[in-house]
Parts: sequence; C-alpha cells; structure tokens
Amino acid sequence: MATGTRRRQSRRVETKRGWKDRLVIGTMIGVPTLLVFWLVWLPAAASVLLSFTRWNGFKFSAIEWVGTKNYVDITTIYPPFWPAIRHNLIWLAFLFVLPTILGMVLAVVLDRNMWGSRFYQTAFYLPVVLSLALVGFIWQLFYSTDQGLINEVFGSKVDWYGDPSVNLWAVLVATAWRHTGYIMLIYLAGLKGIDASLREAAAVDGASEVKTFFHVIFPVMRPINMIVLVIVVIESLRAFDLVWIVNKGRNGLELISALVSQNVIGEATRYGFGSALAVIMMVISSVFIAIYLRIVFREERR
Amino acid sequence: MSATATASRTTAAAPKADTGGQSGVLNRRRGRVATTIMFVLAVIWLFPLLWALYNSFRSYDYTQTNGYLSFGGWTLDNYKEAWARGNFGLHLRNSLLITVPAVALTLFLSSLVAFVLARFSYRFNLTLLGIFLAANLLPPQALLIPVFRMFKEIPLPEFMSSGGTMLNSFWALILVNTAFQLGFCTFVLSNYMKTLPHEIYESAELDGASVWRQYWQLTMPLVRPALAALATLQVTWIYNEFFWATVLLSRGDKYPVTSALNNLRGQFFADTNLVAAGSIIVALPVLIVFFVLQKQFVSGLTLGSTKG
Repeated sequence: MATGTRRRQSRRVETKRGWKDRLVIGTMIGVPTLLVFWLVWLPAAASVLLSFTRWNGFKFSAIEWVGTKNYVDITTIYPPFWPAIRHNLIWLAFLFVLPTILGMVLAVVLDRNMWGSRFYQTAFYLPVVLSLALVGFIWQLFYSTDQGLINEVFGSKVDWYGDPSVNLWAVLVATAWRHTGYIMLIYLAGLKGIDASLREAAAVDGASEVKTFFHVIFPVMRPINMIVLVIVVIESLRAFDLVWIVNKGRNGLELISALVSQNVIGEATRYGFGSALAVIMMVISSVFIAIYLRIVFREERR
Repeated sequence: MSATATASRTTAAAPKADTGGQSGVLNRRRGRVATTIMFVLAVIWLFPLLWALYNSFRSYDYTQTNGYLSFGGWTLDNYKEAWARGNFGLHLRNSLLITVPAVALTLFLSSLVAFVLARFSYRFNLTLLGIFLAANLLPPQALLIPVFRMFKEIPLPEFMSSGGTMLNSFWALILVNTAFQLGFCTFVLSNYMKTLPHEIYESAELDGASVWRQYWQLTMPLVRPALAALATLQVTWIYNEFFWATVLLSRGDKYPVTSALNNLRGQFFADTNLVAAGSIIVALPVLIVFFVLQKQFVSGLTLGSTKG
C-alpha cells in the first residue's frame, strides 16, 4: 500500500538527517505533548487515584485511602446525585429530540439552492458564536419573573429560572437555541459531500423527495449521524455554563459537572468525593470518545 | 468553548466538501412553503438578539410604566451604566490578555506537532494524534480537582501573579486553554498539511533546508488560510470559555468578560434593560469577529474535511 512505501522512503531520509534536525523534531513534538500530558492526562490519572481517597485538599499527608467508599456514598446517600443523573439524561434526550432533528431538517432544506439561503444559515448559526453563559444571560430577558417577555405576554407569574419544576426546561430551551445551529452546520458540511449523482439517479427512478431522503441521503449520512450522536452525548455530559450562571447548579438544575465543581470551589472542599464524581463523568465520556476516534481514524486511513 | 470544539471537529469525518450544495431544486409549491417556514424560523432565531438590542436602548422608567411590549423611551444610559457597573473595561481587557496569547500559543504549538505528523511517518503518529484528540474531548470538569490543586502549589513571581501562585493568574488560563485546544488544531492542521505536494519537500531536502526551515519558511506560509480560519474559531471559543476561568480565578476582578457575567447577574438582576445592554456589550466582540471573518469562521468549521 501507499503508506508502506512512503514509510520506507521517509526512513531512508531519516538516516540522512543530522542530530540537529532530530533535536528540532523532538522538541516540536515534545513540548506540546508535555503540555497535554501535564494539564490533561496527568490530572485525569490523578482524578482516578484521588477518587479512592478522602482528602480536604490541604496537606498531602492528610490524604486517606478509603477504597470505593466515595462511590458507594455517591450512589446511596448523596442526595443530588440521582437528580443530576436524571437531569443529564433529560438533557441528552432533549438535545436529540429537538435541536438534533431540527438541525438536520434545516440542513437538508438549506442544502437546496433556496432563495435567501445564506441569510437563513447566518440566522441559525449566529447563536453558535455566543458563549453558553451569555445565552443564559440573554434569556433572562424572557425568563425574568417581573420583567421577562414571557410573563409579560401571557400575564403569568412563573419564576422560570427559580422554580425547580420548570427551570430545567427553561434552560434547555435556551440551550436548544444555540445547539440547533451547530447541528445544522455539521449536517450541511456533510450533505455537501454527498454525490449529486445519487440524488439524480433517485429522481430518474421516480423516487419522491421524502423517499429519496430516507433511502438515499440518510444512509449516506451514517458517519455524520454517528459523529452527531457522540457529540450530543459529550455535550450533554459537559453541560455546565448555563446552569452555573443561573443558580450554580442547585435547586432543580443539578448536573454532574456542577456537582464536581461544588465539591471543589464550594464551601466544602471534598477532593476525594468530587474526584469520584469526576471519574464517573470520565468513564461515560471515554466510551464515546473511543467511538469518535474510531470513526475519525477510519477516515484517516482511507 | 469546549462545546463548540467538539461540534466542529465532527465535520472532519464528513466526506469532502466543496462539491457545491446545489443538488436538486425544490418544486415551486413546496419551495414556497419551505421558504415561508424557513423565514418564520429564522426570525424566531434572531429574535432574542434583536430583543436584547431593542431593550438595551430603552429607559427603565419608561418600560416600567408602559410595559415591555411598548415602543419608545429611547436612551443610551443603559450602556453607560452597564459599562460602569459591570466594570467592562477591566473585564474586556482581561479577556484580551487571556485570549490573544492563548490563541497564538495554541496555533504555534499545534502547527509544530501537525507539521511533524504530516511530514514524517513514524510508528507513533496515529497514537499521538489520538492522545491529542481525546484530550480535547474529555470533560474539563473531570480534571478540575488535580489541575486546581496543582496550580495552587506552583509559585509564580509577584510580577507574574499578584497572588503568588499559578492559581488566580492569567498564565493558568492561557496554558489550560492551550492544552485543551491543541487536539483540534493539530488534527485540522495536519490534515491540511498532508494536502501539500510532497515534491516541494523533496526539493527543499535536496537544497539542504533544515527541518526548521521546512516548517517555518516552506510550510507555514502555505497553510495561512487554515491558520486564519482556526484563529477565528479559537478567538471565539477562548473568549467564550467560562468554566476554567470561573474555577481557576477566585478574584472577580481577574475574570474575563464571560465569567464576569456570573457576578453581573446579581447586580443587573432588577433591571432587564441593563441585562440587555450588558449582553450586547459582551456579545459585540465575537459578533464583530464573526461578521468580519464569517468566511473564515465557516470554513474553519469544515476544515477538517479538506484532505487529499
């Protein structure tokens, strides 16, 4: 295969290369790799270790090995844990049902040369450039109890961000506003790659638009669908900014990411306990990261 | 920020772009229905920003007496007051001091790795790329405790950090953001570099050009479009970064503008017009970047798909 010959070639060049060049190559690779190991992989490993200990974060000598106690405590006697899991799952389901499907439909429609297509695209991905924290801030204009647009229009008195029975949904709508544009962009990029002749062939065969979509377009989009799936899972796991800006992830807005943060920078610093929560996050996400890498590298080898 | 990083990466796996999306035209009637629905949806999508813009120019007293569904009460005072109360001068400056070095460092370091990955084939190439890419996808919260604790232990001289440690310093944020964004940029850049013709390196090699010269004088000028696109994306992501800034800076006056929102919510709470003006101030820098460099922004999101 081509890669084999290229490797052989480069090895030939390699032997000619002087020590200076090798030093340069080593440094080029080494410095960034060290940075990533130092700030990502080392902490990841440390989180795993710390999750089996009890530590208030002060003296290193105070670290106490407790085995799986943190995990047991989290699942049995830590009140916000199960609500957080539930909220994370609702977050995930919501992102799939609304922004993902809507984003896909938007992309499919905008992929045609429709009049004003560029304007619509811009409108939909404009929120993508804003931070989620800012999105939460902006939506205060709709959700404010006394001055918010929603209560103003409907004459209601709902505390959208404060009431624990509605705030999750309020926050999710705000998230959807930003997330739909993303998904649309991903699908647009994917659709552009679909061979036009596939569609033409379907049209010649007399397939309807809808049929063409489900039998021709959708199957071709399989890799994109997988990527979107992975992204939505990781996104919903990472969700943090919005709930933190609203009420620091309390009172109806518990998420695992917020619980980790509360255990470090809140009143109580429980490093071992927080680490166990962090590891739970890491384990879930690593499954999907593995899927993601597999897809990407399969493309890479092609 | 991180959120975005993931989304765009996806397109990497998508097949080649640029075949032009003109695949089939809708028939007339369907076209009209679709256009109408699209138009309505687009207006809904723009509405929150327009509503913020509209209310940012109206006085509190006017909207209190006439309700928010009124028209009038124009003033610029909200901006003046929001600017002063929110201390936006300081926070925008903080954002600048974090974003610019972080973006520059990310692009520089990732271009180094990308160059080696694209130019030479070693056995560990794919592994290394995997290590970088996966790092990019891990939830940052999962690494918070060790990073937080580590930075607390690392002393910095007084002129680099007023607190004396890495915690509470811009250095911490610059490095953390860089470490997290390296994966995505490396991936995109190395894909881009692989499209460069192999012959140019062979002739450079014959001319006796060192590896560094091949990188700096040969490769970097050729990947300028990719760098521009990535720079645009990275500026918006790092400017928008909220989590690390919130947890690694305990002093509010150090916050970049996105994390400063956290403090502002309480202060602006009672006055929606102030919230509106504050939102516009915070959004303005990225909106300007977006509208001026829209082409770069969008092409950045699909960059990963251009490979030869």
